Amino acid sequence: MTRDVSLPTTRRREVVRQAWSVGVASGTYGVSFGALAVAAGLDVWQAQVLSLVMFTGGSQFALVGILASGGLAAAPAAIATSSMLGIRNGLYGLQTSQLLHVRGFRRLAAAQLTIDESTAVGIAQPEPRAQRLGFWQTGIAVFVLWNTSTFLGALLGNALGDPRALGLDAAAAAAFVALLWPRLRSRDATATAVLAVFIALLTSPVLPAGVPVILAAVAALVVGLRHPGRHEGPLEGGDGTLVGSDPTP
Amino acid sequence: MSLWVTVVVASVLAFGIKLAGYLVPESLMAGERTTRVTTLLPVALLAALVVVQSVTGDAGALVVDARLVAVGVAVVLLLLRANFLVIVLAAGAVAAGLRALGWG
Repeated sequence: MTRDVSLPTTRRREVVRQAWSVGVASGTYGVSFGALAVAAGLDVWQAQVLSLVMFTGGSQFALVGILASGGLAAAPAAIATSSMLGIRNGLYGLQTSQLLHVRGFRRLAAAQLTIDESTAVGIAQPEPRAQRLGFWQTGIAVFVLWNTSTFLGALLGNALGDPRALGLDAAAAAAFVALLWPRLRSRDATATAVLAVFIALLTSPVLPAGVPVILAAVAALVVGLRHPGRHEGPLEGGDGTLVGSDPTP
Repeated sequence: MSLWVTVVVASVLAFGIKLAGYLVPESLMAGERTTRVTTLLPVALLAALVVVQSVTGDAGALVVDARLVAVGVAVVLLLLRANFLVIVLAAGAVAAGLRALGWG
């Protein structure tokens, strides 16, 4: 989508490779989703509309999972839960919109591609150009693979095998850890991550799915609004400087 | 509510929520403290997401299985400065291996 010609070729290749490896780890999960959706009583096209329009894995799994157990009577609960899980995408948008500066059709496309993966790869890059490239490439990679594999999963059901047996769920979790890693050089980011991990650990067993992750936003508020001396600059600041490499002014 | 209505309503809501993040006026997001918070927001949400993805099971109960071991391996490889792709592949292989052996 974006032609980032001024990014050095090696960096460009690095970002694209990262984007597509995340795309493969997450995107192939669509097989599970497609199979599960059909087992829950949706037809192939309904499963496909969810992957095309809803396009946010956690929400999609929650929606068909609740419909599978409660039938149409559970539709309001299914919609409420999938929306709750989708709120984090809106919160990501607050940050990714600042990186992308998009208008018109591109803004709609960027919004649709704003998910865990594209945000994680985008913010993991030190240079603004690489952030934009990482966001778009990852968003497109996941979108294409997720939709293709949804279709295959819905058509073929579980004949394609369980992605868990291939360890794809663990690979996706590891990818997020690896993407967050370079950010943790900043003390504020580390404090935020540690606090967020505790919030998630403490609240997951007692709160409905989706709420613990949204509640973790409190960690960003607490750390971000604290004493202003030790912050990292805005991500757009200073081409080529590693974001968070030196938290002290 | 028919199945199609459910699918369409939930999908449109999901897109609307995503778009909402982009429609907040830039002037509102410009302040130094606001920038600091929005910069840290994805870090907080993704860190919490990793927890949910690696140690929670059905109904959010905490469980230790192949996923946590795989994430542990990823952290060790990160400390050893391994390549991104190596980390992702190794984590997947560890989880797949443990499950093939009948654990987690």
